Amino acid sequence: MIEVQNLTKTYGPTIAVDGISFQIPKGEVVGFLGPNGAGKTTTMRILTCYLPADSGAAQVAGYDTFTEPVEVRRRIGYLPESAPVYAELGIVEYLQFVAEIRGIPKSEREGRIAKAIERTALGPMIHKDIGQLSKGYRQRVGLAATLIHDPEVLVLDEPTTGLDPNQIIEIRQLIREIGREKTVILSTHILPEVEATCDRVLIINQGKIVASGTPAELTRAAEGKVVCRVGFRAEPAMVEPALRAAPGIEEILPLDTGTNGTCRYEISSKEQDVAERVFHLAVGNGWVLNELHTERLSLEQVFTQLTLGDK
Amino acid sequence: MSAIASVAKKEFRAFFQSPIAYVFITLFLVLSLWIFFFLSNFFLVGQSTLRTLFDWIPITFLIFVPAVTMRMWAEEQKLGTAEILLTFPVRDWEVVLGKFLAGLAFLAVAILLTLPLAGTIAWLGNPDDGAVIAGYIGSLFVGATYLAIGLWVSSLTQNQIVAFLISIIICFVLYIVGIPVILASLPDWLVPFVANLSLGSHYDSMGRGVIDSRDILYYVSIIFFFLFLNVQTIASRRWS
Repeated sequence: MIEVQNLTKTYGPTIAVDGISFQIPKGEVVGFLGPNGAGKTTTMRILTCYLPADSGAAQVAGYDTFTEPVEVRRRIGYLPESAPVYAELGIVEYLQFVAEIRGIPKSEREGRIAKAIERTALGPMIHKDIGQLSKGYRQRVGLAATLIHDPEVLVLDEPTTGLDPNQIIEIRQLIREIGREKTVILSTHILPEVEATCDRVLIINQGKIVASGTPAELTRAAEGKVVCRVGFRAEPAMVEPALRAAPGIEEILPLDTGTNGTCRYEISSKEQDVAERVFHLAVGNGWVLNELHTERLSLEQVFTQLTLGDK
Repeated sequence: MSAIASVAKKEFRAFFQSPIAYVFITLFLVLSLWIFFFLSNFFLVGQSTLRTLFDWIPITFLIFVPAVTMRMWAEEQKLGTAEILLTFPVRDWEVVLGKFLAGLAFLAVAILLTLPLAGTIAWLGNPDDGAVIAGYIGSLFVGATYLAIGLWVSSLTQNQIVAFLISIIICFVLYIVGIPVILASLPDWLVPFVANLSLGSHYDSMGRGVIDSRDILYYVSIIFFFLFLNVQTIASRRWS
């Protein structure tokens, strides 16, 4: 559905997007994750033909963003950052304008508008001017406008910034729902957001894609390390050397040792089955195992490693 | 085509959604009435003519038109709605033209609201219909020219006040550049060019009731020139 090859965009001396390539198949919800200024917005602007790339190519639904911008835009619903709206227009008036400028035939307009209003639960506000709405409702108006022409692709730039926690949950649910039928790209710098909404994540930093995969894959792949917390009812003096001697265990951090014959450690290993190894070790030595907990690195840790690691 | 119409419709509606439009129309009408009745000594002179009103149009529009155009791009750029507008499946020139037509329609409303004055003189005396019609047409062309300038200036900035002031300056220079004092200070070879560029001299002939194709051509070229600049300015976000 979306194909991007070697996209580069500079603003004067700063490189906003630096040779990005990726593909997004139909029906996938993809999150652009990255710190502010990483190039997320610029990439989206290129995809929506607001800005051209300096080099590289991007195709949306088979149309090139540079040579056929109007065809591309027909197939995209775009919500720019901070969801700008025409405050002086009424909700229905605005949606009517959007339907009109998108060339939806008059006979279909009313139905499309009603459907968009229903999907974004704007019903109770319908008689208000957009300027009178709260931030959350404005965001929904923006979202409703992107849905009017039933686009194949939705591009949402930070769709939840400035919303309160309840509104964030609602918007995320809405995005999930929309994502069942459509290809969605959304950008964010809020980590739980991608975990909650996206099938796949592209982590972007300084104009480059530094990682991509499902949220689970990314967390697992983070340096391939597994952290495991174990507790034994046994003498620390016996346990510790045995753990150190065990193959595959890299680091042992005593958490709590010696009180009433128990001890706890945090061990990290490159082996995915470290927990099993610890179990066998305990059984072999006749220790009682009273805690065994494998921790994955959270997406947050992955993100920090990838975006700050090289500094 | 429908894109132009829908932009124009939305913009035209937006004018009347804010009280500013009503304030400006009122001010324009009060000013016009004052010029018509008092500045021209209408009751003393005893001529049934709108000549003074039309003579002053390039001056009153100097304030009125930039006040109409100042927000048309500046606000879109400030609020970020321009990004929405320009990522619809439309071309930049369609948006520019739509905005221009909306401004023109608004201006036409303001001008039409002075029609009771034409009715008054027709009722009181026997005016020269040709001069009145030519005067109205001339007013619309001057307004359209200022509109194209103001719209372009508005696209250069996010600040309405800056757009307002710079538009006034450019329109004023275009209007005044043909007066003898300025022409006399120019090198000879420039004089015919500058004199022809001046809006003032083209306007005067229409005020006399003469509709000359050269004047029309002048207005149309100036309008196209600034609309072209406007499209280029909007497209300039793409140049880096």
